[in-house]
Amino acid sequence: MGRDLGRHESFNESSLLQSAKPQLPMGMAQKATPGTSLEGIRPTYLYKVVLLGSTSVGKSSLAYRYVKNDFKESLPTVGCSFFTQTLNLEAGTVKFEIWDTAGQEKYHSVCHLYYRGAHAALLVYDITNKETLNRAKLWLRDLEKEFLPDEIVIALVGNKTDLAADREVATEEGEEFARTKGLLFMETSAKSNHHVNDIFMAIVSN
Amino acid sequence: MAADVHKKKGWEVPNGSLAPGDGQHTERSESPTPGLAQGTEPGAGQEGAMFVHTRSYEDLTSPEDGAAAARSPEERRGEPAEPSSMEQISKDFSELSTQLTGMALDLEEEMRQSKEGKLEPSPQTTRRDSVLSGKEEEDVTMDAWRMHRKHVFVLSEAGKPVYSRYGSEEALSSTMGVMMALVSFLEAEKNAIRSIHADGYKVVFVRRSPLVLVAVARTRQSEQEIAHELLYIYYQILSLLTWTQLNHIFQQKQNYDLRRLLAGSERITDNLLDLMAHDPSFLMGAVRCLPLAASVRDAVSTSLQQAKAKSLVFSILLSGNQLVSLVRKKDQFLHPIDLHLLFNLISSSSSFREGEAWTPICLPKFNSSGFFHAHISYLEQEMDLCLLLVSTDREDFFTVSDCKRRFQERLRRRGVHHALQEALRTPFYSVAQVGIPDLRHFIYKSKSSGLFTSPKIEAPYVREEEKERLLGLYQYLHSRAHNSSRPLKNIYFTGPRENLLAWVTSAFELYICYSPLGTKAGAISAVNKLMKWIRKEEDRLFILTPQTY
Repeated sequence: MGRDLGRHESFNESSLLQSAKPQLPMGMAQKATPGTSLEGIRPTYLYKVVLLGSTSVGKSSLAYRYVKNDFKESLPTVGCSFFTQTLNLEAGTVKFEIWDTAGQEKYHSVCHLYYRGAHAALLVYDITNKETLNRAKLWLRDLEKEFLPDEIVIALVGNKTDLAADREVATEEGEEFARTKGLLFMETSAKSNHHVNDIFMAIVSN
Repeated sequence: MAADVHKKKGWEVPNGSLAPGDGQHTERSESPTPGLAQGTEPGAGQEGAMFVHTRSYEDLTSPEDGAAAARSPEERRGEPAEPSSMEQISKDFSELSTQLTGMALDLEEEMRQSKEGKLEPSPQTTRRDSVLSGKEEEDVTMDAWRMHRKHVFVLSEAGKPVYSRYGSEEALSSTMGVMMALVSFLEAEKNAIRSIHADGYKVVFVRRSPLVLVAVARTRQSEQEIAHELLYIYYQILSLLTWTQLNHIFQQKQNYDLRRLLAGSERITDNLLDLMAHDPSFLMGAVRCLPLAASVRDAVSTSLQQAKAKSLVFSILLSGNQLVSLVRKKDQFLHPIDLHLLFNLISSSSSFREGEAWTPICLPKFNSSGFFHAHISYLEQEMDLCLLLVSTDREDFFTVSDCKRRFQERLRRRGVHHALQEALRTPFYSVAQVGIPDLRHFIYKSKSSGLFTSPKIEAPYVREEEKERLLGLYQYLHSRAHNSSRPLKNIYFTGPRENLLAWVTSAFELYICYSPLGTKAGAISAVNKLMKWIRKEEDRLFILTPQTY
């Protein structure tokens, strides 16, 4: 992991800088970042998060809301998308590496690539679609095969609370399942920005 | 994985003229003559082609079809008779236009039929009393569903629906059953159904075991062209699954429901069908380049070339559906079909705009049995510039992502960023730049480079239907020029709304559309002038010096 850390760092910085200040040339942008100078003082943690779940439960929307604080209807992800986000906490800097996977079955064979080495997994389901919770349970079984219980933080996320009128999965049902399996649990809405930051904070502080 | 990277031998040219020899560049003529050897026409690459060599449209499908084989002797026989002077062409045109009066009638007949076709429901579509429709899908019992100009269906050999362009597959399962029955019925007789022509409709069948593809069209395209489009759909499916996986699935379970695996990808296929109706790239079997000053393009290509990694096979920079630069591994050639599929993948998904995508993709013409891994990202939020890095190693995400960073850094250092931005502001040129008053539009394809150029479609082709009609006319000329039983080299077509001229040689293909008031003599001098203009602009319109790592 240590060797990887160095390699990923340079990559993360540059891609973050581009999204923040696209007009600046590379050299200037680096000087302007406080993160570089602070690195010596505070530790930097690399934190790999993988988003898993069925098609159209809102994995990409959650990632997009968290990284860009915006919402837009998106089409199914092809393969997977990679995002980075830096978080400055008292205890240090956390660099999130977010792997947003495609929910479609044909990409399942490559999914294990994305969750290898992950520190946390968000198992996302859609509260208006019961079937997606069942699928999330299957994803959990997959994760349990791959990881030892203390190796990874897993959170069950019921997304789309803005559509509560069409709810098919009661909050208690998700909660109960999460409790029996020892998962974190939260209901979110990427659209109305409900608990999105909280869930990312929860997995990193756990 | 290295074994995946192999060249398709079938595409090699027997005499090795893939890369025109050095001697040929010095002989690039000022004004191209019809006798122009392949490799010296405007737009021909100077240091070898980027693509698998395709001499003509038939080449794209021939290895599987076997149909084109019968054609080649004829083509060859035609070559020595290549007209050598403008007078000769002019003479040919006058001879042809007498023959073509009949052709114009054909066309009118066909158009009239298709108009009538609008009023009557197709006899091929089965009526059903009650059907189950998907939520957002069209009701297949409605007239609106029947009115579509082109239906495309994909089914498995067990008759199970895989894809339908309009309407839900469930609702169409009995229709697809009938289609499979037709195919099987003829197969039992050791025969194969290719098409049904009736009432202005063409029903075209393409069999690619374990799939059957069917189109029901009332467009002006030839059967051959519709079949060609169906093959694109087949390749699109392969690009998601690979041929190996597809076959494996159906060997395991004959009545497998393939929609499970293709779920979420229907829009990629939908987009491909829409794109084929608008973009001449598919018809030409060639790729269009973003017009760009040669110095800028060279700087971009060199930057791409320098940002290489061991596992990279192709680095492709594109804007819209136009190629900006392509760098490839030595000895590895990309097939235009594969590049078209990549273009389609990118244009069909907005999700690539955010973050960096890493996805398995099969390039079926390159190697239909394995996946490449593509890193797809836009260079900047506001810029329509997408970078595609195709790697053989699925573990190489960070290495490839670093290639992108290095490419961007080099681009900035070379200071071409601004010039690139400028070029993106006008991704299409106007035909007015050519300076021929009667010329409305044209398509010019250089056969040896696999690249073509074409101006923006302008007035009077403003509305979508008019644009499609223009492309329809080109399709018609193209199908006449490449007719398997009677290919034509020169076509002069006088229509009520425009005149068209097609000129197909062993080195290039040219289709021009000009004012209906123009004369044939005027058209011929326009061709001459246009060819000179293309030659003058070739380093901006084409990629003359393709790079390798």
